[in-house]
Amino acid sequence: MASKQPEPEKNALADVGAWAPPVAVGWLVPGGGHLMLKRPLRAAMLGGAVAITFLLGLLMRGAFFVPQEGDLLTVVIHRGGYIADMCSGLLYFLATWLGYDQPDVAGHVHDYGTKFLAAAGLMNVLAMVDAFEIATGQKD
Amino acid sequence: MPKMSLSHFEATLLFSILASVVLGVVTKRTDRERLRYGLYCLACFAGSIFGAGWVMYFMHL
Repeated sequence: MASKQPEPEKNALADVGAWAPPVAVGWLVPGGGHLMLKRPLRAAMLGGAVAITFLLGLLMRGAFFVPQEGDLLTVVIHRGGYIADMCSGLLYFLATWLGYDQPDVAGHVHDYGTKFLAAAGLMNVLAMVDAFEIATGQKD
Repeated sequence: MPKMSLSHFEATLLFSILASVVLGVVTKRTDRERLRYGLYCLACFAGSIFGAGWVMYFMHL
């Protein structure tokens, strides 16, 4: 009796041309990847949420993380925060290029602002993963 | 640029709303499921805010 052979799993990463452009655009412009993939409502919701979070972080005078040397925890927190900040794409680069340079000062509002800035980047990472899944056909 | 000054409650609630929108949109497959999951996340965030608030209140007694 012939046993049913399992279908070979399709490698989602194989078709770079399909997923790399929406993921790259999604990184630079939050929601842009979904717009490329013709999901305007999701693009607006994701882009809006990331942009509002980032803007609130700026208005609360949050500080951008800068990579620092020191003990392991310092390195992990500051490098991780730096990467998270950069994941906001053009929002981060525009703010930096336009001269936003808030020093890390004490106070709960500044602290929240710093976390909002990093969280905006992390939300954009989720949006990029979603764009990747749509582009590779794992999601509609 | 104006500076915004929020209380702990306002800041955490704003964050909860924005994070719930993102989690709802990226996690589920239909609009109905997304809305339900977003509201569920918001309820969890709000519950955690009030829970943590009361724990800190009793810790300071």
